Amino acid sequence: MSTTTPDPTRDAAPAAPAAPAAPDAPAAPAAPAAPALPADLQDERLIAEAGLAGAARAFLSRLRSGDLGALPVVVGLVIIWVVFQSLNDAFLSPRNLVNLTLQSAAIGTISIGIVLVLLLGEIDLSVGSISGLAAAIVAVGTVERGWPAPVAIVAAILAGTVIGIAYGAIYTRFGVPSFVITLAGLLGFLGLQLKVLGETGSINLPFDSGLVKFAQQTFLPPVVAYVLALLVVAAYVATRLRANARRDAAGLSTTPVGFVAARTAFLAVVLIAPIAVLNQDRGVSVMFLVFLALVVVMDFAIRRTGWGRSVMAVGGNVEAARRAGINVRRIYLTVFALCSTFAAVGGIFAAARLAAANQSSGGADTNLNAIAAAVIGGTSLFGGRGSAYAALLGILVIQSISNGLALINLGSPERYMITGAVLLLAVTVDALSRRSRAAHGRA
Amino acid sequence: MTGMTGMTATTSPPPAPTQTAVLSLRGISKRFGAVQALSNIDFDVNPGEVVALVGDNGAGKSTLVKTIAGVYTPDAGTMEFAGSPATVTSPAESQRLGIATVFQDLALCDNLDVVANLFLGRELRTGRALDEVRMEQESWRLLRQLSARIPSVRIPVASLSGGQRQTVAIARSLLGDPKVVMLDEPTAALGVAQTAEVLNLVERLRENGLGVILISHNMSDVMAVADRVTVLRLGRNNGTFDVSRTNVQEIIAAITGATTNAVSERASRRAQTEPTETQEQQ
Repeated sequence: MSTTTPDPTRDAAPAAPAAPAAPDAPAAPAAPAAPALPADLQDERLIAEAGLAGAARAFLSRLRSGDLGALPVVVGLVIIWVVFQSLNDAFLSPRNLVNLTLQSAAIGTISIGIVLVLLLGEIDLSVGSISGLAAAIVAVGTVERGWPAPVAIVAAILAGTVIGIAYGAIYTRFGVPSFVITLAGLLGFLGLQLKVLGETGSINLPFDSGLVKFAQQTFLPPVVAYVLALLVVAAYVATRLRANARRDAAGLSTTPVGFVAARTAFLAVVLIAPIAVLNQDRGVSVMFLVFLALVVVMDFAIRRTGWGRSVMAVGGNVEAARRAGINVRRIYLTVFALCSTFAAVGGIFAAARLAAANQSSGGADTNLNAIAAAVIGGTSLFGGRGSAYAALLGILVIQSISNGLALINLGSPERYMITGAVLLLAVTVDALSRRSRAAHGRA
Repeated sequence: MTGMTGMTATTSPPPAPTQTAVLSLRGISKRFGAVQALSNIDFDVNPGEVVALVGDNGAGKSTLVKTIAGVYTPDAGTMEFAGSPATVTSPAESQRLGIATVFQDLALCDNLDVVANLFLGRELRTGRALDEVRMEQESWRLLRQLSARIPSVRIPVASLSGGQRQTVAIARSLLGDPKVVMLDEPTAALGVAQTAEVLNLVERLRENGLGVILISHNMSDVMAVADRVTVLRLGRNNGTFDVSRTNVQEIIAAITGATTNAVSERASRRAQTEPTETQEQQ
């Protein structure tokens, strides 16, 4: 640091502030060393992976360093299915798989909301009570008060939203931990649910009501299911190619066409194979389809919108988010509101499937299953890591265990124990992979 | 690398103090209860100039920085920005004016990638969706402009080195197209190579015509990149030095208060002729 040669830039700079490189001068440094390479691949330290084989190698290296993504859940799900299929070959029958989709929709929907609050590093323990309250409102509204079904449904969902906004307001205004707010909510809204249900404590929804038909008997016609799947695949290819074209125009690297094709083929198989199996029985449940649609919409919202980016930022570092000018209060408010809203929707699904709302609606293990599903699906408990698809994968694992155990005539005791063990395993795998990610610089 | 200390470089002309300062403070005072944190501070930054702000703990550096950043409002004094009077009463206002501050803790989201961090809170959109392609393109343009060495902008910030994180934080401050950048202890937690990287970056900002305020305790960093050094002591101006015409001893004397006393000033001047080199290497 103690050379004595005058540095020419030092002398030149103050005298020439009109140097052409104003911070936003367009394309001033446009042509650095190698214009042939895309802008994001020019650093010589990057390990360049070209073509399909290269993409596969990059994927493997990512796995080895602990960036597992959804792989552990998928592997776990496959193991669970193989084990139950070997114990009872009715497990993977079309009939049972249709049951599995029907069983998953309600708690899966609740779990989407849990994923959202977990992304902020918060928790909502009251989703079970809120789902029970929503079920009670719908049942009492339609059966006892004679409200039209849509009115009752909207009232129940709005109740959920209002509760969530209240949580968010208490959290942001008074700084009460969400654990405590929602624990109070768990008790309080369980009480309100019992109050709404009244003396009898149980109200049956008529089997010919639209809601029950929707949940129990509405399935996509086989052709429609296939067409829908093909449309999704086509949309995927179109967005991928469009993204590639835009990146190419912007001078950035593009996904190899072979890789896009491979992923498209994979997506097509993942969509069409289950549809083929489900279509051998009743088909694709519309209620399950609504759940899937909610997952896809929330995934888009989390990954591709400014709101979702803000949610991830708040979950990662609240102070940084605040200083970046993000309205942190609004983010907490919207996330708590969405979580309770999803809980209410899930509660309505559950009531419709059961064709009843009673004192145990949303009770027992609804809460714990919804939270466990989000965590098993790979959402971090500490905020900032996770995906809406965690709700889908997690609930499939949990319902597969419960469904499979019922098939081999084991009941609640085993179900609780095994679900607990899987939850522990999932969080352990996550903790280990996080350590590995940190060691490999992918934290 | 810039390794000039200016110690013997008598040939280099002084940075023209007569040109219009981009940021100019006159008579700034700030008082907290019974403590006079700043009294009658004058401070100027010219475009294309690095001004180091040094002083001991409690000298008022942080208070002055926060006053410029809009966190505190001064009790007295005036502020001129780009030649016209300005008042800043909030950090947002200071940013809108064109003053970007990189605080010591950087405030990055470790779980997000470089692009997301750069554009946090002001994402580019197409309709409702984020425009990832344009943001990535802009990120590369910005990083190239700073000659920043970040291998990939699609990796989480957590996996970057300290110097690279500092680079991201500085690059982010430039997105709002500021005229003045304030860096609070940018090299405090960095290794040798990372420090060099950040100092290069500071020079790049100067070359781009920005006024840079560098708060640092590290004299060798200050001597390496700064054009002028403003010393605060106990909330008062205690001298402004042209780096090309001063040396570490003189600045340290100003920081510790040795120069407030004519006798000790003379003593330190005599002492400095021999051991300068050794002091310098620390």
